Amino acid sequence: MAATARQRTGWTTANIVAIVLALIPVVWILSLSFKTPGSITDPTFFPTHWTWSNYSGILTSSTFLRPLLNSIGIGLISTLIAVALASMAAYAVARLTFPGKQVLIGVSLLIAMFPPIALATPLFNIERVLGLFNSWPGLIIPYVATGLPLGIYTLSAFFREIPWELEKAAKVDGATPAQAFLRVIAPLAAPGMVTTAILVFLFCWNEFLLAITLTATTTARTAPAAMAFFTGNSQFAVPTGSISAAAVIITIPIIIFVLFFQRRIVAGLTAGAVKG
Amino acid sequence: MAEIVLNHITKRFPDGSLAVNDISLDIADGEFVILVGPSGCGKSTTLNMIAGLEDITDGELRIGGQVVNDKTPKDRDIAMVFQSYALYPHMTVRENMGFALKLAKVPQATIDEKVNEAARILDLTQHLDRKPANLSGGQRQRVAMGRAIVRSPSAFLMDEPLSNLDAKLRVQMRTEVSRIQRRLGTTTVYVTHDQTEAMTLGDRVAVMRTGVLQQVASPQVLYDRPSNLFVAGFIGSPSMNFMAGTLANGTLHTWLGDITLSPQLVRALERAGTGRDVIVGIRPESFQDAALVPAESRANGITFRANIDVRENMGSDVYVYFTQEQEHIAEAAELAELAADSGQADTGGSPDTVTARLDPATTIREGQDAELWADTRALHVFDPANGRNIALEAQEVAGHDDLRAET
Repeated sequence: MAATARQRTGWTTANIVAIVLALIPVVWILSLSFKTPGSITDPTFFPTHWTWSNYSGILTSSTFLRPLLNSIGIGLISTLIAVALASMAAYAVARLTFPGKQVLIGVSLLIAMFPPIALATPLFNIERVLGLFNSWPGLIIPYVATGLPLGIYTLSAFFREIPWELEKAAKVDGATPAQAFLRVIAPLAAPGMVTTAILVFLFCWNEFLLAITLTATTTARTAPAAMAFFTGNSQFAVPTGSISAAAVIITIPIIIFVLFFQRRIVAGLTAGAVKG
Repeated sequence: MAEIVLNHITKRFPDGSLAVNDISLDIADGEFVILVGPSGCGKSTTLNMIAGLEDITDGELRIGGQVVNDKTPKDRDIAMVFQSYALYPHMTVRENMGFALKLAKVPQATIDEKVNEAARILDLTQHLDRKPANLSGGQRQRVAMGRAIVRSPSAFLMDEPLSNLDAKLRVQMRTEVSRIQRRLGTTTVYVTHDQTEAMTLGDRVAVMRTGVLQQVASPQVLYDRPSNLFVAGFIGSPSMNFMAGTLANGTLHTWLGDITLSPQLVRALERAGTGRDVIVGIRPESFQDAALVPAESRANGITFRANIDVRENMGSDVYVYFTQEQEHIAEAAELAELAADSGQADTGGSPDTVTARLDPATTIREGQDAELWADTRALHVFDPANGRNIALEAQEVAGHDDLRAET
C-alpha cells in the first residue's frame, strides 16, 4: 500500500505529537532529578547546574533503599505465587469441565473489576487484627489475590492454544496427568507464564494504594509509597529533587522490562483475541 | 501383540448424545482393522475408548484377554498416532520418540538403541536431533509413527494419520504404513473417513454410521456385497448410483427399462415384505457404451438411451454423467446422509445425476443422446424403509458356494 506524501506527513505529525505529549512529563522529572535544590524552582526546563546529589542522597538513605528492597522482594514473591496458582487454575479453566467453572471465571473477573479503594479500609482493619499489618505477607496476600485474575485470564488464553492432542499423546505415552502437565504442557506454556509473570510483577511494582494503606514503616513499605514520605532538608524544603530521582530509579526496571519483553507483553494482552 | 475385543460398547456423552451405540467387534492379533465412516459417526470416539482417552459408558473392552475398561491409557500398552501428529514441539525427534520409554524408566542405553532402530526403519536417522518445527509434513508423520513403533506396544491406534498430508505424499505414506504394519505384525486399529485408505489398507473394514456398526468385512466383500444402502453408497469411488424402482409380477420397473429378476431375488423380496417401491443401486462400472457391448452379452443387461451432460476423460476410463428421468427417488435417511457427507448437498449436485464408467474406446460425446447398456446382474436392490440390501439376502438364500466359502 503506497502512502501518499500527504498521508505520510500527516501520520508523522500525529506520531510526533503523541510521543512528545507522553515524553514531556518523563523528561521533566528526569530534568528535575538532576537539578540542585536551589535551582528546582528556576524557570528553565533543563538544569543549569547538573548534580547527582539527589541520587546519591536517596541511595544512601535507608528511607529509600529498604523500600526498594521491599518492592523487589514483595513483587517477586507475589509474582511467583500468583503465576504458580494461576497456571493451575487456568489449565483447569481451559481444559476441564467441572461444576462451578463459570462461577470461578465470573468471580475472578469480579475481583479484577473491584475498585481497590473500597478494599483499602476493610483490609487495613482486617490486617491489623490478624497482625499482618505492616508486614511482607500483608502486602503479598492482596497482591496475589489481585494478580490471580489477571494471570488466570492471560494463561487460560495460552493454554487454549496448546493442542489438546499433545496431552492425549502424553497420556497414551504413559504419562500421569501430573507428568503430562509438567513435562509437556507447562514447557509449552512457558512463554505465556513469562508474559503473565511480567504483567503481574509490573502490577505489584506500580501498586500504590494498598502499599501506602497497609504499611506504616520501612519494614514493608514499597518504593512508590516510600516516596510519599520523603522529607526535605528542612521542614520548609520540598523534596522535589529526591522524589524525582526516586521516580526515575523505579521507572528504569520498567523501561528495561518493556523494551525486552515488548512483544511478549503485547502477546499476553492480545492472546486469544485474534484466534482460538 | 494382542487381540482387541469390543463387547457391546456404548458411549453416551454427558449431554446425553449417543456417540457410539452398542458396538461389538473382535479384532484378531496382528489384524489391520479400519474404522471408516463420515464425520460424526463415532469412529474416533471408538478409537479414543480403546486408547482409554474416553470413558466407556457401557460394555466391555478387552485387550489381550484383559478387561481394560477402567485402566488408564498408560496401563493399556497401546500406542496412538494422531491426525495432527501431536509431536511435542519442545523436544527433538529423538526425545519425542523416546518419551514413552523415558516415562517407563527404561535405561537410556536401551532407549537409544530402540530409537535408532525405529529411525532406521523410518529413514529418520539424519533428523534425530531436529525439532518437529523444522521437519516437513511427511517427516513429522514418520516421527509420529516412530513414536508408536519404539514402544513395541500390543496395538497401534491410528486416528486419521494421513489426512494432513498432501495427496501425493498420502499415497506414499499409505504404502509405508501398510509395509510397517506387515513387518511388525502389530494389531492395528485405523480410523479414517477416506474410503480409499479403508479399501487399500485394511484386512477388514468396519463401516460406521451415527454410532452404529453397519458392516464389518474385507474390502472386497464390502464392495461387492454391501449389507445396506449406506455401505453401498459410502464404499466405492465414484459412488454407487441409486434410482427408484417399482416391483410388479417379478419384474423391476425402473427408468432404465423393465428388468426381469431372478426367482431367488423375487422370493427374497416377497419374504422381506417390501412394498412395491424399492431403491435400485448400480455401480458406475456396470454401465457400458452399448456400441462396445458384444451382442452375446447384451442379454445380460438392458439397453437404454440417455442424454450425456458431461464427459470426463481419465485415460484408462471415461466417466459420463447423465440425469435420470424419474420422479424423485424414495426418501431414505441413508441417502440424505451420504449426500451430506459427499458435499453434494453443498455443491448443489443433484441426487438424480448418474455416473457411468465406460471403456475409453467409447465415442460418446457431451450433449449426445447416447445408447448405453447396464449390466443388470450386478444390480443391488434396497428396501427404502430400512436400507437393507435385499439382493444380498437373495444371494445368501441361493446358497452360492463360492460366497459361502468367503464368509
